[in-house]
Amino acid sequence: MNQFSYVRVTSKESAIAAMAKDKTAMFLAGGTNLVDLMKSGVTNPERLVDINKLPLATIEETKTGLRIGALAKNTAVAENALVIKHFPLLSQALKAGASPQLRNMATVGGNMMQRTRCHYFYDTAMPCNKRNPGSGCGAIGGFNRMHAIFGASDKCIAVHPSDMCVALVALDAIVTVAGPKGERKIPFGDFHRLPGDTPQQDNNLQRGELIIAVDIPFNQLSANTHYLKVRDRASYAFALVSAGAAMQIKGGNITDVRLAMGGVAHKPWRLKEAEAWLKGKPATEENFRKAAELSMAQAKSQEGNAFKLTLAPNTIVEALKTAAAQA
Amino acid sequence: MDDQLKNEEHTGTSRRSFLKKSSLITALALTPDPVLKAAEKGVDEQIASAIETMPLNVMINGVKQSVRIEPRVTLLDLLRERLHLTGTKKGCDHGQCGACTVHVDGERVNSCLTLALTTEGREVTTIEGLADGDNLHPMQEAFLEHDGFQCGYCTPGQIMSAVCCIREGHANTPDEVREYMSGNICRCGAYSNIVDAIMNVKQGGKKV
Repeated sequence: MNQFSYVRVTSKESAIAAMAKDKTAMFLAGGTNLVDLMKSGVTNPERLVDINKLPLATIEETKTGLRIGALAKNTAVAENALVIKHFPLLSQALKAGASPQLRNMATVGGNMMQRTRCHYFYDTAMPCNKRNPGSGCGAIGGFNRMHAIFGASDKCIAVHPSDMCVALVALDAIVTVAGPKGERKIPFGDFHRLPGDTPQQDNNLQRGELIIAVDIPFNQLSANTHYLKVRDRASYAFALVSAGAAMQIKGGNITDVRLAMGGVAHKPWRLKEAEAWLKGKPATEENFRKAAELSMAQAKSQEGNAFKLTLAPNTIVEALKTAAAQA
Repeated sequence: MDDQLKNEEHTGTSRRSFLKKSSLITALALTPDPVLKAAEKGVDEQIASAIETMPLNVMINGVKQSVRIEPRVTLLDLLRERLHLTGTKKGCDHGQCGACTVHVDGERVNSCLTLALTTEGREVTTIEGLADGDNLHPMQEAFLEHDGFQCGYCTPGQIMSAVCCIREGHANTPDEVREYMSGNICRCGAYSNIVDAIMNVKQGGKKV
């Protein structure tokens, strides 16, 4: 690992000020992805600003929902009674991610900021527009089994690896960030971005901004939820495809529904068209299948991941079926 | 070879400390001269501060340790290379195998992805700190009884993880144990015996 300087901060203000001092500085939270990237030479900050002592780890009920601090550990969120009661989809998604050890370290903000696990991004001997803009994309025409089927560009076909983010985009979460110019709010669906011509930018966070909290508004979708993650082994692997479904069902009809996918795009992939189509219709497998087909209209595969064109709709149907079958 | 062994015994230089010394010399030799000079004169604050060590106070297995380390030292390397607590193993060094699992403030974490400086003021427990004197921890006993290993390299991490698996309340069924032990890989494939050992400790009801 390259050498770097280290500063430990205890307030939001000092954290933001420390970032402004050094253009290569980065925030350090759980470190589960950043330390690994530094070992691999993919990311080489000259200064780490350790924010672990900031008081941003609380999970609290507000008038309109739950507010989860950016430094709340993944385990703490997944096991939190309020989260399980109001947003079981978030708990399920978190538990599908990583390993118990990593979930004890990883934070909400860090989970959002984690980088793709594309092999070409990690291998510094390979071309990668995300790691080294302009160097090309090794995955296009290369080994691309894990890669995107939605929203990719000719510069990058990487996917965002998070499970937690799939649940948060489905639940209409709002991200609060703070920077030198004060605080601002970003709807979760606008936090991450598609690669376009600038795949080096994973998200719309400005340089020096710090994630403070994620707010999830209350909904009526907690009774029928399911997060289904399909991967190469039963546990502790990144998703080939995942689907998060949350529904409100009255008298057999879907009165409200949220649907999102992971492992298919550069950002957590919300399926709003399918949601709109399902609303008001009976919760039947036939309708779930039609919604899944509708979701795939814009899908485009690479040589190595054509199986996702079948796996993805099947995963959506299975997630919806399992969610609908909850008591 | 015999001569070399005799020599090592005679001088009391273990292979480990010889390698450590020789790699330190290499590291110094590799540090570019201008950087060292800049650091001495304080010309380039950035570089100088990067080479500087920082104080760390951390409780490890009940003993307070005060050391100075570079910011890039992981908890795993601090344990093994500085404190000679080599029970914690370096497997993948990327958080994928779990061989480096230790407890920080009672929670299991991957020490290979933990920068040591982030443990300031915290309590670390390693496999060396699990037994009560000569009395093995119930999980250590169970791994022996159930043959929960073959080569043994993943075992310290498996045991540290297994203790937390029970403490967290995630050892109620063999399936649950398999899910909550998924962060620990065993290349020998001792999984079925590891699950047996954990279920046995859980059902035995002893405090872990």
